[in-house]
Amino acid sequence: MSEMQADKVLDAQGLKCPMPIVKARRELDALAPGAVLKVIATDKGSVLDFQGWARTNKVAELLGQETERAADGSDRFLHFLRRK
Amino acid sequence: MIDEKKAIEASAVMGLLGDLKDRVDALESRLDTEVADIRAQLPAERAAIVLFSGDLDKVLAAFIIATGAATIGLETTVFFTFWGLTVLKRKRVLKGKNLMERMMAVMTPETSRGLDPSKMAYFGAGAAMLRQMMKAKDVTSLEDMIELSRECGVRFVACEMSMDLMGVSQDELRSDADLGGVATFLGEAVNARLALFI
Repeated sequence: MSEMQADKVLDAQGLKCPMPIVKARRELDALAPGAVLKVIATDKGSVLDFQGWARTNKVAELLGQETERAADGSDRFLHFLRRK
Repeated sequence: MIDEKKAIEASAVMGLLGDLKDRVDALESRLDTEVADIRAQLPAERAAIVLFSGDLDKVLAAFIIATGAATIGLETTVFFTFWGLTVLKRKRVLKGKNLMERMMAVMTPETSRGLDPSKMAYFGAGAAMLRQMMKAKDVTSLEDMIELSRECGVRFVACEMSMDLMGVSQDELRSDADLGGVATFLGEAVNARLALFI
C-alpha cells in the first residue's frame, strides 16, 4: 500500500494519453490549495508524462510517484499531486 | 549638555541605519525571488523534436538536426509518434497482435532500413537510390546517424498512445527508448530553445 495520503483519488486506469493529465487537471482545479490528488494510471507513459506536466503547469506540484503490482500481475502507476 | 545631544544624534543615526538595513534586506529578498521567476521563464538549453513522419528523407533531416543540436550543447529529446515509431523498431513481432494490428505491422517497415522517401518511393527503388547516392557522397547513413545521436546524448521517447493504437509493442522497439505522452513532450518543449514537428 502507498505511504502517501491523498485527499482525493482519481481512477485513470485504462485511460490513454492525454486523458490522465486532462482529468487530473480538472480534479485539481476543484481542490483547495495544499490538497493532494492521487492518480492511479495503467499507462506506463504516465510516469514521464506527469513529470513533464509537473514541470510546466502552474496548478500543482508532483510530490511523488509509485509503482504498484496489481493482483493480476499488471502495474499500476500512482502519481501524487499537490494543488498550489 | 553637548554629550547628551551627541548621544541623541547617534541613536537617531543608528535608528536610520537599522531602517536602511531592513529596507536593503527586503529589497534583496524581493530581487532574489524576482530573478528566480525570470530565470524560470528563460529558455532552457534544450531541444525537443517530434518525429511523426516515417519518410526516409524527413527522418534523416530530423536526426541531423537532433545530433547537431546535441553537439551545440542542447539537451535534445526526440519524440517518436505514429509513422516515426518505425525508426525505433528493431524487429517485427506478430504474436499477440489482432488482425488489424498484424496488417499494420506488415504494411509498415520492419526497421528504419525499410523506410521510403517522401517523394519518388517507387516501391523501394527511391530509397535504394537515395541511400546509394548518400554513400557515394559520404553522407552518413540513417542507421549510423541514429547511433551517433544516441552517442551525443540525444534521448528517445516513444509515444505510448500511438504504440497502443498501431499495436506496436515495447519489445519491438529499441531498449533505450522511454515511453511517454504529450506532457512528456511539453515538459521538454515549453521552455526549449528549439521545438520542431517533423
